[in-house]
Amino acid sequence: MYSFNWRPVFDNFDLLLKGLLLGIGIAVLALAIGSLLGLIAAFGRSSGPRPVRLLVAGYVEGVRNIPLLLLIYFAYFGLPLIGFRVLDNLWSFVFALAIYSGAYLTEVFRAGIEAVSKGHIEAGKAIGLNRWQRVRFVTIPLMFRIVFPSLGNTFVSLFKDTSLASAIAVPELTYGAIRINVNTWRVIEVYLVVGILYLATCYAIASGLRLLERRFAMVR
Amino acid sequence: MDVVIANGPLILRGLLVTVEVSVAVLLLGTLIGIMGGLALLYGTWPLRMIARLYVDAMRGIPQLVLIFAVFYGFPALGLQVSAILAGILALGVFCGAHVSEVIRGGVGSITHGQTDAAKAIGLTFAQRLRHVIFPQALGRILPAWVNTAVEVVKASSLVSLVSVVDLMMAIQQVVGRTREALLFYAVAALLYFTVNFTISSIGARLEKRYANT
Repeated sequence: MYSFNWRPVFDNFDLLLKGLLLGIGIAVLALAIGSLLGLIAAFGRSSGPRPVRLLVAGYVEGVRNIPLLLLIYFAYFGLPLIGFRVLDNLWSFVFALAIYSGAYLTEVFRAGIEAVSKGHIEAGKAIGLNRWQRVRFVTIPLMFRIVFPSLGNTFVSLFKDTSLASAIAVPELTYGAIRINVNTWRVIEVYLVVGILYLATCYAIASGLRLLERRFAMVR
Repeated sequence: MDVVIANGPLILRGLLVTVEVSVAVLLLGTLIGIMGGLALLYGTWPLRMIARLYVDAMRGIPQLVLIFAVFYGFPALGLQVSAILAGILALGVFCGAHVSEVIRGGVGSITHGQTDAAKAIGLTFAQRLRHVIFPQALGRILPAWVNTAVEVVKASSLVSLVSVVDLMMAIQQVVGRTREALLFYAVAALLYFTVNFTISSIGARLEKRYANT
């Protein structure tokens, strides 16, 4: 029979909390960089010349069909081997997650751009906005409101994906669990607590986003 | 090219393990998912609540945490599991939650009239599902199920973190030995892409066959 002993877990609770915060931070950063990447790629795919469209399609389909872990390994082990040694483990992970999320966000933004109604664009033309101004003041603001719910979902799954950072020893929540497990061997307690922490955080993020959604999102 | 040929057998063995794990996870996940989906749709309220709790819990916990929990947790409880079995169990339970939602969505989208009509001609619950509801729901379930299958193949790479020599682990070993990072990561990407592209293509063909609106 397994006897529970919660002390080792709660004595090291700061390790888990710090890990949780780091995970959220990484997810925010990856979402920010990925959004920028996705935004550029989405416009490239919807209104760029043919070679750009093909390049974006290759990026999106390529990244969406390979495991995130492969991107992480490539960033952490691969890049230094080919002479690119500027990223430590944390930044290689952020880099990999940003590239990964960028592919998903490209599709999100593309759908959003296509969902902006013709009427709005024409209204922009009618008041004399040029092409760039229409993108800047009409398409992008409307698109962000349309894609807000998908953006929220992407953020939640990015947060869950930060658990993979433990594979290259980034001290986030899952790595904290591994550390405590190795030091104290309180397996069940550690993974119960970590599971609940992930669950509660995902739930909190999702609820918070739903509140924001009510204010910002555009219901079509 | 010689290095690729020299390491080919190891990589192909890894690929085979990746495919095996993915197939096992999908089988387990689909089985759980059908039961979970039906529980969500037709269960009595305690059953429905358990199913809902299971599905929502699985969607809020990273797959990797589940794999570690099974791999390290089961032995602590006195149950011996091999690394590969731990991976299959954890990912299968995870996949089951996603398939539950897929089934619920697909079956739930079939109009009540169909059920009523099937009842009117005297079909039992099982017959209604088998002959009326599922054939129509299949067209809606398949696209989402195919997406899940692609996600499962990608997630199967996580079993390398509990020391299963799948494609990902094989590639790591080869890169560690040969230092040919760019080449072998490209090989891995190509292989994963090919597997997933094959799944998507078969899925698209099946979708066409079962498409209905």
